[in-house]
Amino acid sequence: MPNAIELIGAVKKYGDFEALKNVSFAIEAGSLVAMLGPNGAGKTTSINLMLGLRRPTAGKALIFGGDPRQMATRRRFGAMLQESGVPQLLKVKELVELFRSYYPKPLPNDQVIKLVGLEDKSETLVRDLSGGQTQRLYFALAICGDPEILFLDEPTVGMDVEGRRVFLRVIRDFAAGGKTILLTTHYLEEADELAQRVLVIDKGKLIADGSPQEIKSRVAGSKISFTSASTLEAGALSGLPVSTSDVADHRVTLMTNDPQAVLRELFRRNVDMANLEVRGADLEEAFLSLTGGK
Amino acid sequence: MGRVFLMQTRAEMLKFVRVPAFGFFSLLLPLIIFVFFGLRQATVPLYPHSAITVGTYVMTSMAAYTVGNVMVFSFGMALAIERGQKQDVLLRASPLPPAIYLLAKIVNAAIFALVALVVLFVFAHFSAQVDLATGTWVTLAARLLLGSIPFIGLGLGFGYLASPNSAPALINIIYLPIAFASGIFIPVNQLPDFIRGLAPYLPLNPFVELGWNAIGIPTDRTVTTDVLYLVAYAVGFFALAVWAYSRDTASKFA
Repeated sequence: MPNAIELIGAVKKYGDFEALKNVSFAIEAGSLVAMLGPNGAGKTTSINLMLGLRRPTAGKALIFGGDPRQMATRRRFGAMLQESGVPQLLKVKELVELFRSYYPKPLPNDQVIKLVGLEDKSETLVRDLSGGQTQRLYFALAICGDPEILFLDEPTVGMDVEGRRVFLRVIRDFAAGGKTILLTTHYLEEADELAQRVLVIDKGKLIADGSPQEIKSRVAGSKISFTSASTLEAGALSGLPVSTSDVADHRVTLMTNDPQAVLRELFRRNVDMANLEVRGADLEEAFLSLTGGK
Repeated sequence: MGRVFLMQTRAEMLKFVRVPAFGFFSLLLPLIIFVFFGLRQATVPLYPHSAITVGTYVMTSMAAYTVGNVMVFSFGMALAIERGQKQDVLLRASPLPPAIYLLAKIVNAAIFALVALVVLFVFAHFSAQVDLATGTWVTLAARLLLGSIPFIGLGLGFGYLASPNSAPALINIIYLPIAFASGIFIPVNQLPDFIRGLAPYLPLNPFVELGWNAIGIPTDRTVTTDVLYLVAYAVGFFALAVWAYSRDTASKFA
């Protein structure tokens, strides 16, 4: 059985800018994979190659071993894109019905609208939907054809709490039904919550590929920072369980997976700390520890 | 495939009727212009001893203007808006065959052009006693619908070149003066000299001549010559559309 999705040595250049630098991976049919990376990492470019919206400068993008630009291939996937629009002057149910007609074996119209929780809005014009409802409508259009593969580019951005809850439930149901799902996100928690496998992409390269647990263990989850009025003694920070440490002026920044242990040790050493702050690392910082640490 | 086409056409029609401006420009405006130009001398012979009235002549001219307008506007505006809202992106990732997308738009435009013609014909019949043989009504409508094919190409070209904000102004700035200079509102022999020389070569002139010829007005050129002109315009405008489409595609989907 061929892989559901495959990138083989994919390179994408926009003029001089290399958005994707020789990326290869394969996704088996039936798996739920998250592509994780900061903004501008190359996630959307990867998705666009897989959907046939862009052509790779070098390498290949294959869907079930075929060209995504062919109609027969396109009938096998549905997509939710970040930068796209739909007719504003159609009603929700009309638009879902229209998109359903593009696919050979679509889900029933009412079922799709109910799945995404837009029953109350089925007679509403698309232009009158809120941002969160529009996002749910896009999700409905992606799933309405009951496709074998779902591509979801940053699906939860702009989703309201209810939308997100609905979304997570439907995604899990689809995955349980044997569908292949590839979603992009820049939240580690979201990837962790949903996916069986996480592809980490940064600056156009695939930098990690593993289970959410593996990725989490390699990424520094917390950031500790404080200012020190006095000059730190030599060795004050040595031997701490941190992945990176940085001292600039009097500001100390430590990245770690074990903030409690680091703080305990700092207090024990009686290090002078003011403006102490501990918070979850954002993805940029986490990636620095992932890429910089190697 | 048939069902996709029906659904796509239905969606196109729903979108079209929900834009009040489209209805105004394609249905109401021709009637208003007809009232201004055609009603006063509606039953007067067009020239001494002619069986054709001024009302019939003006109605025919307005019919050509209307059909051309529906084609240029419905394609130009709709495409510019769709591109502006990035509707083309999701469609391109969907399994909708581009040919069906285009065909649905053409059928929708043809239906609205026909509706606009019927509205104008009925209005002219009752307000200006315009009376034609059944066969003449049908010939007139058929010639104008078939002869409007070049304007679909022109509309597509506008749609892929113009931004949603500039499209209405751009189309009006180009289409309206061409309509004037082609003798649609004012007969060619009453136009200023420098335009008179140009008029026969403008796309709306052979088009409106097809209509005039259908109701029995002597025209400068034969129907065959007019058709050849329109074929040449169709080739030119569709080439423009293909070029504009490739340019748009190359920047977004390469």
